[in-house]
Amino acid sequence: MIPSTVPPKYKVFVDPERCMLCERCTTECSWGVYRRQGNKILTYPNRCGACLRCASLCPRDAITVTLNQSCGREHPVWTPEVKQDVVTQAKSGCILLSGMGNAKEYPIYFDKIVLDACQVTNPSIDPLREPMELRTYVGKKPEKLEFDYVEEEIDGKKVKKAKLKTKIAPNLKLDTPIMIGHMSYGALSLNSHKAMAKAVKECGTFMGTGEGGLHRDLYGYSDNIITQVASGRFGVNSEYLNKGAAIEIKIGQGAKPGIGGHLPGEKVSAEVSMTRMIPQGSDAISPAPHHDIYSIEDLAQLIRSLKEATRWKMPVFVKISAVHNVSAIANGIATSDADAVVIDGFKGGTGAAPKVFRDNVGIPIEVAIAAVDDRLREQGNRHKISIIASGGIRNSADVFKSIALGADAVYIGTAAMVAMGCTVCGRCYTGQCAWGIATQKPELVKRLEVDDAARRVANLIHAWTHEIQELLGAAGINSIESLRGNRDRLRGVGLSEIELNTLGIKQAGM
Amino acid sequence: MCGIIGFMSRTGRLISGDRIATALNCLKERGNGEGSGYVGYGIYPDYKDDYAIHVFLDATKDYDKIRHEVEEVLVKYGYILKDEEIPTEEGIIKKEQVSWRFFYRFDEKYKSVEEDMMVDIVMDINAKIDGAFVFSSGKNMGVFKAAAWPLEVAEYFKIDQYKGFQWLSHARYPTNTKGWWGGAHPFNLLGWSVVHNGEITSYGANKRYVESFGYKCKLLTDTEVVAYLFDLLIRKHKIPVEYAMSALAPRFWDEIESMSKEDKKIHEAIRMTYGGATMNGPFGIVVGTQEGMAFMNGEVEEGNTMVGLTDRIKLRPLVAAEKDDLLFVSSEESAIRKICPELDRVWMPDAGRMVIAKLEKKI
Repeated sequence: MIPSTVPPKYKVFVDPERCMLCERCTTECSWGVYRRQGNKILTYPNRCGACLRCASLCPRDAITVTLNQSCGREHPVWTPEVKQDVVTQAKSGCILLSGMGNAKEYPIYFDKIVLDACQVTNPSIDPLREPMELRTYVGKKPEKLEFDYVEEEIDGKKVKKAKLKTKIAPNLKLDTPIMIGHMSYGALSLNSHKAMAKAVKECGTFMGTGEGGLHRDLYGYSDNIITQVASGRFGVNSEYLNKGAAIEIKIGQGAKPGIGGHLPGEKVSAEVSMTRMIPQGSDAISPAPHHDIYSIEDLAQLIRSLKEATRWKMPVFVKISAVHNVSAIANGIATSDADAVVIDGFKGGTGAAPKVFRDNVGIPIEVAIAAVDDRLREQGNRHKISIIASGGIRNSADVFKSIALGADAVYIGTAAMVAMGCTVCGRCYTGQCAWGIATQKPELVKRLEVDDAARRVANLIHAWTHEIQELLGAAGINSIESLRGNRDRLRGVGLSEIELNTLGIKQAGM
Repeated sequence: MCGIIGFMSRTGRLISGDRIATALNCLKERGNGEGSGYVGYGIYPDYKDDYAIHVFLDATKDYDKIRHEVEEVLVKYGYILKDEEIPTEEGIIKKEQVSWRFFYRFDEKYKSVEEDMMVDIVMDINAKIDGAFVFSSGKNMGVFKAAAWPLEVAEYFKIDQYKGFQWLSHARYPTNTKGWWGGAHPFNLLGWSVVHNGEITSYGANKRYVESFGYKCKLLTDTEVVAYLFDLLIRKHKIPVEYAMSALAPRFWDEIESMSKEDKKIHEAIRMTYGGATMNGPFGIVVGTQEGMAFMNGEVEEGNTMVGLTDRIKLRPLVAAEKDDLLFVSSEESAIRKICPELDRVWMPDAGRMVIAKLEKKI
């Protein structure tokens, strides 16, 4: 084995004064950082990813994990991380893998956008006393309604009555504009999926299955499930498609635009293998393209096939990564019978992606929403398709700003995982998740208590929903449809003129 | 803030404009002298089947040139039967805009699409001709407005010399944009004239919604978008007026849930389809049409038409009244009593409910 030439990223310290040698750290750490030797706990910090399971569960608070900054010459370009990556690749000759979202310091436009509020002449609305309506329908809408007029006799008088002639396409009804995005069974544990399913059912919203099929234990939640069809077609059959309320075709993912997916064979347990319909222990590789989709026409064919397979009863979404020509692609998707386009920004999370993709490919979700909403409206196609934004939605303000920029609803991913206990250590691809979230190891999976995790996720969605209601009230708005695309309620701070124009918002003070 | 008073005669009786000016003056303290305006219906009987196009031309030495550009647009599609500066009383207010009117008839070949074409012409002039704004474009009706107090505007435009079966007026207290002639109410497109008290917090969403149907919001004020929404929903989409009103101030979901199956289906479809038209924020709105007027806040009146609307939780006042063939609507009862002290009925329409008053015969 080629030895490492850089020191560990983290420093792990067990305070001997506090440690009572209970050895809990040795069992809780799934990475093998701790080992007892005599009356001491030895540490192997080069294995540590700072998931903080040990420090969180140490009964004596004896463990501290800190960034190791004590050695090596400081250099603004050749940072410890850059050096570590070079050394790792020099050792392995392989692509570097990473988990979670983009870890570089790109501007977060959400943080440079502020919200407007009402004062005196346009009174704010008190959400405690007035209805505050967040109900959102995701799917295709007619451009206009048409009515037939029929004569009816009421109390002996002939009255002309308008009857609705237009048939509304199937839509998903959301009680809150927050859904949980697609994270597959395989990448995540079954307990994680069960917890999220319970949470979305309670909140009147939806979760995506990801590309890993749908475990039978989740069939009871089918009214709140969006199934996914990715290029690998894992777990896709008629029963699966009909066990959801909507279907999503995954073309791209914000964390890794332009490439497929990879679930390492170590995570393909017996249950995962049955659900995905692949051999146990085999790598599950989704190719970069769908090999039956090379144009919008091909996409339209698949959409119609899926609609046919589900008797035209459910909406079909198409998920794409946010890339520079996303608006033209989304407009094409709008004309292809799809009911919603999911745009996934480059801060979106992932179980496993080449680090070079995660950190360098794609564009921010904020500008993608603005561009897509603009283009769809210019082309008269906005009603044909809903916009779901995802990739780096961190709080209710991000949800609010996404909708004001033009989205109908959002997907959250990392936030739901953090609610369950994830510490964003970014090593999901190893299958060693010490919190039982991104792993298939039975001893780790059972660490995630389903009801408790479901409660946390539901609480998070409820909390954000309350905050959105408060923000709406402050903006003098009592129904979410009046926020959608209402960029007038946003102002930019610290953005250049071209950035303001791209986002379609005014500078603060104007 | 902002004062609204309007009235119509259901029998089509022509009433002098000085009545509306007297009533609006009663509401002058709801404005700040930066915008007042009137609209009269039935005021141009000699040209009743032709369009009366009122245009603001920047009062600079170039105004003749700007007017010529407007004429060039108009003559492409029809005939200018007569044009002139709208008669004004000099010395009342500073003339920031020259108010010009064209009586205009479309070429016969455009007859079937003339309303769409008139909308396009208005959008084109407002968007492309620097220094020109069409502020009125209906038949047998006209808007008169300026950045001044109610009586000043009435005297300036000699409102007492016009007679109409329906008048709406507005005293403005601008809170979102500067007070300027184009920003004063009423806002008009074709026969739709809107006066509005309040601020539409959904303006950004509504603006983007109507713009995706080709309307161009160039007058920088939330009320402009309301006129376009009426035109889109009622004229272009042909939505029954009560459902169009419901699109603008929708029933709450709780109410929809408790409706009959058929009504539920309709109102759910309205909210899903016309979410971009939903208006939020405090508003009391009165809309004049060629056939009458409607105002939101109130029950649907059988056999009536003048449109008025307040927001769903009634953050702005609106009061209605009747006397014989007259129907009044105002932000204050005092303005109605000022010109009609004895009333048969006075009522305050409920939040988000419309009142529609129709003419008994076509004028």
